[in-house]
Amino acid sequence: MKTHKITLFCAASLLATGIAHAGDYRAQAIALIKHDFHTRGIATADRIYEDGVQAVCNYSSDKPPATIAARLQKDQFDAIKWPSDGKYLGDWKSGEKIAQSGRGMAWNYKPNNVNGGSCYNCHQIGPKETAFGTVGPSLYQFGKLRGYGEDMQKYVWSKIYNAKATNLCSAMPRMGYSGTLTEKQIKDLAALLLDPNSPVNKE
Amino acid sequence: MKKRIGALMAVMAMSAAFAAHAQQPVKKAAPNAAGATDATTADFEKFRDVLEEDNPAELFEARGEELWKAKRGPHNVSLAETCDLGLGVGKLKGAYVQLPRYFADADAVMDAERRIAYCMVKHQGFKAEDLAKKPFSSGNYTPELVSLTTYVAGHSRKMKFAVPQKHPKEKETYQIGKEIFAYRAGPWDFSCSTCHGQEGMRIRTQNLPNLSTSEGALRAVQGWPGYRMTGGVMHTLQWRLNDCFRQQRFPEPNYVSPSLTALLSYMTVNANGQMYKGPGIKR
Repeated sequence: MKTHKITLFCAASLLATGIAHAGDYRAQAIALIKHDFHTRGIATADRIYEDGVQAVCNYSSDKPPATIAARLQKDQFDAIKWPSDGKYLGDWKSGEKIAQSGRGMAWNYKPNNVNGGSCYNCHQIGPKETAFGTVGPSLYQFGKLRGYGEDMQKYVWSKIYNAKATNLCSAMPRMGYSGTLTEKQIKDLAALLLDPNSPVNKE
Repeated sequence: MKKRIGALMAVMAMSAAFAAHAQQPVKKAAPNAAGATDATTADFEKFRDVLEEDNPAELFEARGEELWKAKRGPHNVSLAETCDLGLGVGKLKGAYVQLPRYFADADAVMDAERRIAYCMVKHQGFKAEDLAKKPFSSGNYTPELVSLTTYVAGHSRKMKFAVPQKHPKEKETYQIGKEIFAYRAGPWDFSCSTCHGQEGMRIRTQNLPNLSTSEGALRAVQGWPGYRMTGGVMHTLQWRLNDCFRQQRFPEPNYVSPSLTALLSYMTVNANGQMYKGPGIKR
């Protein structure tokens, strides 16, 4: 059985120990978060620490100065792992299944879980699925509207692998960078958007 | 009591039917999902209307009343004779819609569930660790704190949220909550605000309230504690926020921790001035 933890009596002491100064609400918030969250399953406590991109976006309310954004985006872009065989597109049918699945990375999943992309949670994609979210833009007819060329394939790969490489404070998770999706899975998703025979483009 | 249990059985059967229904995706030819969302929402509202005739939350309020009035714990005292929820010892009317608030005895801002837990430990002598052992409802199990919180919330039915922002620590807690709301971290770079900081967005067919607005914040706190049709159990906002963090791919927040009080302060103060309908029914 899992054990929950409780924080009942130690709130006031945080400020007293000088971890965060009163009035700096962001620092106080971070001190509290560090104090109040614990590892559960695969969701380890170290997840609460910001990385550089997250910190810059948090600190600037998602509006970093252009020079900083450009520099950090370049770092993210340079760290993209491109497909090992140089081929960007896989199997769109498998891609549809990955786009449907929201499994993975939360504390209720096992470490060896086959993750999904949660794509339909936020995007309209194929014409048959009407239960799609609207946090991200519609990807319906993606290839038909934008073209199928290699530049577009590379762009789609980079977006799925690391959306922050082209839009630093994008709401979209970095699916490759975070280890959520494998190279093959990203290829299959890219095919869902860019295979002319995918229902995304065909219908 | 027998009649109430009969009503609850009927409600449980209905919510099982609803759950099965809700899992059937509404298939329509058009790629625009607006119709599907409306149909699901309308179906849910129909169920909610029927259910509110015999609100299952009342069962948990009845259990909470027993727990509130009974002499319990190592100190053998009742919460009714020891626990101050902000308006005086044992005073319940309107207490829930004025929480979180600052408590001088603890020198801390506390939300309803945190305050009740505090009273159980401080006055009745229960162990904090024991309260956190199994804090959320599952199957036929309902934690005492869930029933107690539901009972307390029932005494603010049809009252307006009036969470105080006078004490410096109340103001500070709101601001810290606002920062936690915007704090992006974890493998998927999500903050609360990623999904709940803009108008008119959906995850799948689920509409996302914008908690930075008064209307959106009300939608987030309304109906809690709530009888959840999915699973057929009673849950409080402690559970709801815990599940948000799960989906945010965060580690787990400690039960009744100050971080959650700060978030509840942010949400509830934003809903100030609007009417709380009482413990309700959630999807």
